[in-house]
Amino acid sequence: MNRIRRISDLLVNIWMRAGLYFLLALPVLIGVGLYWKAAPIIGGHSLRDLLFSRQWFPMKGEFGFMPFIYSSAYVTVLAFILSAPLCLFAAIYLTQFGKHRLLQVMLPVIDILAGIPSVVYGVWGVLVIVPAVAEYVAPLFGVASSGYSLLSGGIVLAVMCIPYMLNMLIEVFQTIPVGMKEASLSLGATHWEMVKHVIIRKGFPGILSAFGLGIAKAFGETIAVLMVVGNTLDISVSPFSPGYPLPALIANNYGEMMSIPDYDSALMFAALLLFVIILIINLFFRYFIHQTEKI
Amino acid sequence: MRTWKVWEQQLARGISFLAAYSVIFILLFLLFVVFSKGLKALSWETIFSLPKGGYYFGGEGGILNAIVGSFYLSVGATILAVIIGVPAALFINVQLIRLKRTQNTIRYLLDALWGIPSIVYGAFGFTLMLLLGLHASLLAGIITVALLITPILVRAFDEVLKTIPVELQEASFSLGSTKTETALRVIFKQGLAGFITALLLAFGRGIGDAASVLFTAGYTDNIPVTLDEPVATLPLSIFFQLSSPIEEVRERAYAAAVVLTFFILLISVSARFLSKRYAKNIIK
Repeated sequence: MNRIRRISDLLVNIWMRAGLYFLLALPVLIGVGLYWKAAPIIGGHSLRDLLFSRQWFPMKGEFGFMPFIYSSAYVTVLAFILSAPLCLFAAIYLTQFGKHRLLQVMLPVIDILAGIPSVVYGVWGVLVIVPAVAEYVAPLFGVASSGYSLLSGGIVLAVMCIPYMLNMLIEVFQTIPVGMKEASLSLGATHWEMVKHVIIRKGFPGILSAFGLGIAKAFGETIAVLMVVGNTLDISVSPFSPGYPLPALIANNYGEMMSIPDYDSALMFAALLLFVIILIINLFFRYFIHQTEKI
Repeated sequence: MRTWKVWEQQLARGISFLAAYSVIFILLFLLFVVFSKGLKALSWETIFSLPKGGYYFGGEGGILNAIVGSFYLSVGATILAVIIGVPAALFINVQLIRLKRTQNTIRYLLDALWGIPSIVYGAFGFTLMLLLGLHASLLAGIITVALLITPILVRAFDEVLKTIPVELQEASFSLGSTKTETALRVIFKQGLAGFITALLLAFGRGIGDAASVLFTAGYTDNIPVTLDEPVATLPLSIFFQLSSPIEEVRERAYAAAVVLTFFILLISVSARFLSKRYAKNIIK
């Protein structure tokens, strides 16, 4: 009996270790796997050419990722500008000014909305945002636009990020000790002064992290953006012109990537680029969160 | 001075009030649009029949292939994720209970893994698929989605496990049980509510994700019978049909979006309900 117990203990222990080690090795495996597939293109071109060249002619073997990186950055920044202040103020209202009941109702709702698949946000974007941009917003600025544009991509991304960032911000604000708030109020500060000088200041690392992780999420989002952004190769300053972010490039061309030489390795390079950028952003901002959680 | 203070307070309050309610409004509006557009196009035929000839040009049929396909894919991936993830989560909370630093580092890495976008998992799954000599199939899709949802499952389960007091483990050890017995019979049972939440969370992510299966699962009008057949999924079915120039096909994409949203809402709500129910077994 004892032997069976000991052996099963050993076996389960190995199984547990294997599971954990596999998970911890996963980021390395992903990095190595993608690098392995992207190696032909990294070997054949200089990294500066790949990242900063605007020449994208896969048929001629020219792969400049600048237009894609530009579009990705454009929609991400746009999404951030649109959603970050909104989320910050909404989180302040829900945790500081609003009734406690409202927060209790909203928390599960936000949680559930964060789980809605991105393709549904994409459907909404096609139904609402694209026509709205084409018919109302673009004419307002005297521009003609099909609606499938960087602006639409940014708006849809912003809406997708709202539940995600709001959730994190509420968590950050809830960890601030009540005593601190009371101390500030007892010195005669108004509610808003308390928010300004205590909540924002004390929660600053958390707020920064929530924003950072929101950016990372927006940067890597694929399907919803792909559906509304137009997917045209172009570097344009106007938000009403179409763009072509990195994830959309990968998703759109998987069908034909085997038929053109080096094309598959170019797409894997795009995936590697996304992976590295997002992993770095994540590791950086998660570090903040973990530092604050430990205290 | 005093009036400025009050005025500023009123303004800030107003702005944040507006922000909170516009967020609520936007999200409700989103659900309203998706449901109102989709429910009009939804019919029993859409849900319960396979695509028939000329379906993608507005012919007869439905999206049963995608519904069942998504279900198969997500169930398979969740099983795989449980096999890898549950022991890992238990290991963190039983064997490593004294090593706070190691625990925190592991959690930190897993959190970072959670943030990797699904298209990267898709590209990696594709690389893996070539390496293993697979082609786009249910199996390749299951493996890719499993990689995507395992970190989610582990962290969600771990969040509950880490609240279990150490004394409970000590009591179990003092009665002579091994670490495995403690992990499986005491800690797992104590964290059962968390396990169910984590399971459903991972399952929901698996059903809803499109970018990871784009390369690896293929697409088909039939329901797969074996693991090496391609499989259709709901998100991709929505995506493909929405890009059609034919109005009737796009209508079906709206209907499929309602079906998907409904499943996701059902999963979230039942996760909440079940975790409350199983929380009764917890020793406090």
